[in-house]
Amino acid sequence: MSAAPRILYCNCTYAQVVSKEVKEAVLRKLCESGVAFEAVADLCEMSARKDPSLQRFSNCGKLKIAACYPRAVKWLFSSANAALPLDQTEVLNMRVQSAEEVCSAINNLEIQPNLPAGKAAVPPANELPAAAAVA
Amino acid sequence: MSLNQALHLVLYEGAGAEALTPQSRLAAMTTLLDRGYAVSRTNGDIALVQNRHTVVMVLGQFANGNLPPVQQPGVTIRFQDISGLDGAQLAAQVEAFRAETSSPKHGEWKPWFPVIDYDRCTNCMQCLSFCLFGVYGVDTNQRIQVQNHDNCKTNCPACSRVCPEAAIMFPKYKAGPINGDVVSDADLQREKMKIDISALLGGDVYQMLRERSERAKSRFSKERDADKALKERQKCLVKLAQSGEIPAEVLMALPSPEEIQRRAQEAKAKAEAALAKQ
Repeated sequence: MSAAPRILYCNCTYAQVVSKEVKEAVLRKLCESGVAFEAVADLCEMSARKDPSLQRFSNCGKLKIAACYPRAVKWLFSSANAALPLDQTEVLNMRVQSAEEVCSAINNLEIQPNLPAGKAAVPPANELPAAAAVA
Repeated sequence: MSLNQALHLVLYEGAGAEALTPQSRLAAMTTLLDRGYAVSRTNGDIALVQNRHTVVMVLGQFANGNLPPVQQPGVTIRFQDISGLDGAQLAAQVEAFRAETSSPKHGEWKPWFPVIDYDRCTNCMQCLSFCLFGVYGVDTNQRIQVQNHDNCKTNCPACSRVCPEAAIMFPKYKAGPINGDVVSDADLQREKMKIDISALLGGDVYQMLRERSERAKSRFSKERDADKALKERQKCLVKLAQSGEIPAEVLMALPSPEEIQRRAQEAKAKAEAALAKQ
């Protein structure tokens, strides 16, 4: 049986861009669940400081991160010389996902890797496959 | 930017400690995170935690006096019984240990700085030549990098606006793609349009500012009216703030036109030198 993913929660303490309700609900669920987890005040601050903890997180194997946009998280770690493994990292985005969605993903022992790999861009709506099929 | 190892906290509920209630666990976590600390919550495995940090404070309900064994050379570790402590008392204990170990203090700087998406960056050096505050530099391979995070002006995303590839993020920005959201083709078109408009207007916003200031200066040299000069500059800055979403306080804090010119030339020379070595 493979090891359970580690859980990392970012509180985004120094900004109000993540909904307070979502942050608090996710943290409360983590505390109620009794699972081991890592909580950090602010990944941005740690990245700027090149905190060695980031390297250790990036080397820990399967990792679920409750924070913000996967693209931002990827490069915050990278700029602290702690590149996250693309196939072992799942980022839950508390800026857009509900607390229920984030907690459900955390409780799922399987990793759904979602860090962007390469220069991805979303094509205009009229060029998406569904639109093309309709046209 | 302090590179000292930050104090790491462990909320320990393994052997030798009583389990916390979910409510007290949440209260402790919230208290510590709000004060800028990182916390590991563990039921055991304290050896792993010790290996990862050089300054560790282990918090738990150790009222029975059975502390977990600690044998870890090179690690400064302290056990703190938190039985009966309220949030303020817990924070005071942690803060005292932080000061004692000279670990960095948190929260004195809002972490606002550019983060480069190297999947998108083409190393064009526009950001380096644009930023007047010395945030950017190049590494030994002449690759653009963020070197002086602290120099960045809080809430100013101006450099991300000049990036033709939307490769510069500010994770704490309100909107995408600057906040790290996926870059759409429409975003790229918008970024390109901004560059074109800027070029039509005669360069970047600093260039606009310089030209405007020069025009104002020649007028004011005739009029010798310092108040008018100041008003003119303020008007110009407000316009820039409105058009580019650059916080007014950032623009108002810009140095004199002469100093802007000097810094802009310096940044441009740095960018050109880096490009020449590529």
